[in-house]
Amino acid sequence: MSDPGADTSSRGLSRALGRLRRNPAALVGTLVFLFFLLMAVLGPLAAPYGYEAQSIAQRLKPPNAAHLLGTDQYGRDILSRILVGSRGIFLLSGSGTLLAAFIGVSIGLFSGFYGRLWDEALMRVLDVLLSFPPLLFALLLLATLGPSPLNLLLVISVLYVPMLARLARSTVLDLRTKEFVEAARIRGERDLVILFREILPNALGPILVEVSVRFSYSIFLVASLGFLGLGVQPPSPDWGLQINEARSFFATAPWILLFPAGAISLLVVATNLMTDGLRQVLQPGAR
Amino acid sequence: MPDPSVVFQTTDLTLGYQTEAGLLPAVRGATLGIREKECFGVVGESGSGKTTLAMGAINYLSTNGRVLGGSSRLREVELTGLRRIQMRRIWGSRIGMVYQNPSTALNPSLRIGRQLSEVARRHLGLSAREAWEKSREMLARVAMPDPRSIMGRYPHQLSGGMLQRCVIAMALITRPELLILDEPTTALDVTTQAVVLDLVAQLTRDFASAILYITHDLAVVSKLCDRVGVMYAGQFVEQAAVRDLYQAPLHPYTLSLLGCVPRFDPEGGKRLLTSIPGSIPRLDALPRGCIFASRCAFVRDECRRSPPPLRQVRPGHSSACLRWDQLPTAAEYARSAPQVPVHKEERPEVLRIVALKKSFPPTERIFGSGGKGRSIRAVDGVTLWVRKGNTLGVVGESGCGKTTMLRVISGLAPRTSGELLLNGETLPPDVQNRPRSVLKQLQMVFQNPDASLNPRHSVERAISRPLRLLAGLSRRQASVRVSQLLEAVNLPHGFSRRLPEELSGGEKQRVAIARAFAASPQIILLDEPLSSLDVSVQASLVNLLSELQEKNNVSYLFISHDLAAVQHLSHWIAVMYLGVLMEWGDAEDVFAPPFHPYTEALLSAIPVADPEVGQRPIRLHGSVPSAASVPAGCRFHTRCPRKIGSICETQTPPWREGRNDHRIYCHIPLEELRRLQADTIARRAGG
Amino acid sequence: MVRYVARRLGLVLLTLLISSAVIFIVTQILPGDAARAILGRFATPQALANLREKLGLDRPLLVQYGSWLAHYVRGDWGLSLSTGEPVFPLVAARLRNSAMLALVAFLMYVPLGILLGLFSALRRGKLFDQVVSITSLAFIGLPEFVTGLILIAIFALGLNWLPASSDIRPDSGLIAALPRLILPGITVSLVSLAYIARMTRSSTADVLGTDYVRSAYLKGLHPLRVLFTHVLRNSLLPTVTVIAVGIGWLIGGLIVTESLFSYPGLGRLLLFAIQRRDLPLLQAITLLLVVVFSLSNLLADILYALLNPRIRYTT
Repeated sequence: MSDPGADTSSRGLSRALGRLRRNPAALVGTLVFLFFLLMAVLGPLAAPYGYEAQSIAQRLKPPNAAHLLGTDQYGRDILSRILVGSRGIFLLSGSGTLLAAFIGVSIGLFSGFYGRLWDEALMRVLDVLLSFPPLLFALLLLATLGPSPLNLLLVISVLYVPMLARLARSTVLDLRTKEFVEAARIRGERDLVILFREILPNALGPILVEVSVRFSYSIFLVASLGFLGLGVQPPSPDWGLQINEARSFFATAPWILLFPAGAISLLVVATNLMTDGLRQVLQPGAR
Repeated sequence: MPDPSVVFQTTDLTLGYQTEAGLLPAVRGATLGIREKECFGVVGESGSGKTTLAMGAINYLSTNGRVLGGSSRLREVELTGLRRIQMRRIWGSRIGMVYQNPSTALNPSLRIGRQLSEVARRHLGLSAREAWEKSREMLARVAMPDPRSIMGRYPHQLSGGMLQRCVIAMALITRPELLILDEPTTALDVTTQAVVLDLVAQLTRDFASAILYITHDLAVVSKLCDRVGVMYAGQFVEQAAVRDLYQAPLHPYTLSLLGCVPRFDPEGGKRLLTSIPGSIPRLDALPRGCIFASRCAFVRDECRRSPPPLRQVRPGHSSACLRWDQLPTAAEYARSAPQVPVHKEERPEVLRIVALKKSFPPTERIFGSGGKGRSIRAVDGVTLWVRKGNTLGVVGESGCGKTTMLRVISGLAPRTSGELLLNGETLPPDVQNRPRSVLKQLQMVFQNPDASLNPRHSVERAISRPLRLLAGLSRRQASVRVSQLLEAVNLPHGFSRRLPEELSGGEKQRVAIARAFAASPQIILLDEPLSSLDVSVQASLVNLLSELQEKNNVSYLFISHDLAAVQHLSHWIAVMYLGVLMEWGDAEDVFAPPFHPYTEALLSAIPVADPEVGQRPIRLHGSVPSAASVPAGCRFHTRCPRKIGSICETQTPPWREGRNDHRIYCHIPLEELRRLQADTIARRAGG
Repeated sequence: MVRYVARRLGLVLLTLLISSAVIFIVTQILPGDAARAILGRFATPQALANLREKLGLDRPLLVQYGSWLAHYVRGDWGLSLSTGEPVFPLVAARLRNSAMLALVAFLMYVPLGILLGLFSALRRGKLFDQVVSITSLAFIGLPEFVTGLILIAIFALGLNWLPASSDIRPDSGLIAALPRLILPGITVSLVSLAYIARMTRSSTADVLGTDYVRSAYLKGLHPLRVLFTHVLRNSLLPTVTVIAVGIGWLIGGLIVTESLFSYPGLGRLLLFAIQRRDLPLLQAITLLLVVVFSLSNLLADILYALLNPRIRYTT
């Protein structure tokens, strides 16, 4: 049925951008995300001061000309610590999520496509993993393994593999019965070709959205772990750790805590907005 | 001074949608009037604005819809400009609505009884008990079996036909003055449709004063309505009494539309359908002159200068065409289409299936009775064959197993037993075991054009894959062939780079056809390829398929529930019911008496767009038995209007043979059938 | 319906069994030598041997697991390594406290979240919707320890309306403890509130666009009636699922919040157990929390099946 109110622009990319334009929040979110990503890439180069550079004279200074966001109890520049901290976030949360995506999506793809017993057994295993509250599971593993960066990476991956596997699987299950897949079978395409050239390109949309969601959760998680002392260890400029260290100074020097907190919130919210935008672009039917 | 016998009247109603591209005028200058006890049909294809007209006329537009001008009156009440709170007293009480899809029109979380009685409580001021009683009575009036128990059921527990009857009951319970039906039978089977239409015809006169019937189906309108208006791209192009419109349409669009419908013609003979070139104009780029000019076969210069108004040219007959008196009659116009040569010689077989059976294991129930279920016998022993260059049409309603049968033949579903032979050689039952040389010979076109093309692949890629895989062409060779194929299906060369989302339904289906033809198969399986398309688009695809068959000498195995399309395309026809064939024969023989009683019921159920063709109303009651518990004896006996006795319940019928390999699976002898069925469907004498 | 419940229950029990094995493996097997992990690098061989005997670590693994599980199911959760007291009563008391806090939070965020989501959907695109949408996005981004600190700063330290620390007495009742439950309750609620509001908004918006709601309007029914009778029944179904999944979040949030507010709940006890490497305590609490989470999911599934006629009445 033709819809008189439908969009009339024509090709792929301009259509996507058009949809994005109608959602300025998503645009802003994406820009903020990219900004932090850029900071992460540039690392210490972008920061005006070294993140470890202490200075007794400059302790506990509120935001001023020399230190835009003030200094902490060791005289370290907070702005620099935040900028460098973004590197840690992206490295840790980013690679953890990507690793989880790689493993989880592969599992989900093959399980959903081939089905049968493997699939059933796998779903039970994933169910078990999903029956643990996330933070609890992370604490359990870290308590045993110790909070090294590598372990944190592993924990994040393990935590998010089940949801990503489930999503990939359900997307594949849905696509597997579509007529264009059957058309591919009828013309003799081999299984792997069907999985990777017919199904996967159509599954990428929902998968990408879910990866983005997991990324924002993982930032949250790493920050919480840092706060509880089981995350990244000092002297790393991890944002959650900064907040933990700033607790005792909250009354006298609130900026030490508020700025990293703001950074966390900003990045998580930006990622969520970006995810919303991604959802609109990649899955125009969804609300 | 409004005419008191006019119940509903719109005058110059103009409706638009506010979009980013500006204000789109979806309906322009619509004028129609419905008198007491009159049924007015609005006919149009998708994009004609018919639903917008109905919604706008009763003041129920979406948030970006606007009434831009004109008036809409229900008796003395002017509806445009009323506020919601005032409309709420009119909706449901003076205006009733029946919707296209009954399963989504009812709330899945509320019982049927609740949904009906809340209308009665609200508008008739009845108490809960009285409203419940009244609803039950209403359900009885719409011939629901066991109304009391239906009241307590939820929508998902009822079939489509039963749900639609509930919706009709819900709409009529307040005896509204205006009843609007928006394509109420589109989602239903032919035989169910016939029952519902009968109901509408009978009941509505008692319960409602005026009826507005919206549809794309010209045939239904001819049977049900008194007057009809044809809409195109947002405006009426013709309005007349039904008989006048069908015999002497006075607008080229109406003429073409009538020609697009494969006429079920008791006289036989085969012509190409008339099709309408071009496409409907976009609302933001309306032409200056006549709206139909760009696609009209009778266009003159004067037509393009200014839009012709809709005006009365004969008593009770209005047209928006300047050349209304120079148009041929419908019959002449249909005869102007070239005839299609009909080959009658004996040809070799390409495909043969022998005693094919396909059963599904009993479904596991989450909360069932716990007992062992029976297996579902979807295909229960079918033998048929297709000859070279011919089309075998398989007709049946939903649940008859025709789609399953096609899937088994194509190798997508494994058979349970039986043989599949391609050119005399056994066909591996699983598509993955078939060598490329075999796959090359047998291809398929699917039902849903939106799902049969990979959304991420360009047209070029979609068509070239089978060329690379099955015909072994190199990339360059394939590219050349893709251009040839696009031309063969009448698509411009530039389409090769497009993605499916940039194509219309008809264009997508053409790509699917091109794809099926790519490796030059011997036989193509077509699974209801036309059902989701507009009438005019269907016509051009039917013509396309005919042409391609002629040129390439390819066979078709064509399944559909649309008898007219099947009759038009097929050389041989098989009628299927509950997993087995009921009748088999040449296209001409099957649709002339003697028929199998099921075929007879189907023929008397499909509305024919010709008021001259009379049909005896033979209705099937009850519903199709479940394929998990097939009736003993002749499996049609539970619904057969010609059941002769207990023999039908206990013994399987014999195949009775008529001339030319015509077979009917029935206990009644052919001569008897012929005698009984002589006037089931025939042109009236003197017509 | 009964078969459905039975089947789900069976699955849950199976899952719990495997989860218990996972907990056991992670805590007792993964570290390799559990005794050394507990006592640290500088433990004497004698101390290690004593601990091994005390915990029964020299038995075959399967026996250890079986014995632990058997005892657990009977309520015998061993003795805490750090305090020497029986684990069960300790955990039970803390569970009660956490449950109080969770209840207060639940009663705050569930009704409020649903209401906010509903009104946002009804006023789609208008100011209310936009404000709620942005605010909920903000809350989603703020970890509990941040919001908690801000709330403490404003309401406790700044305005002095509520206490900063929630170190309640072990036996205080709900009403008595209420002032100390408010700030942590709000803290742990905010994220869940945001999720529920968003989910309710989106599912309500979906339902408002369905054909059957259009039918309801075209029957001339009053909008409020349409909302309560036709819309809510359908739009709240997905919310039930979200609430269930949110319990997992809630448990995590409780751990962080209790730590922040020094609230004597299960979360804080868990952190204590981790710090002190108190194996029996750690195992007991973890398994308990997993059981709670699984049971709440089961409850939500059953509730969903009850409320959705398509599942409840399958012919």
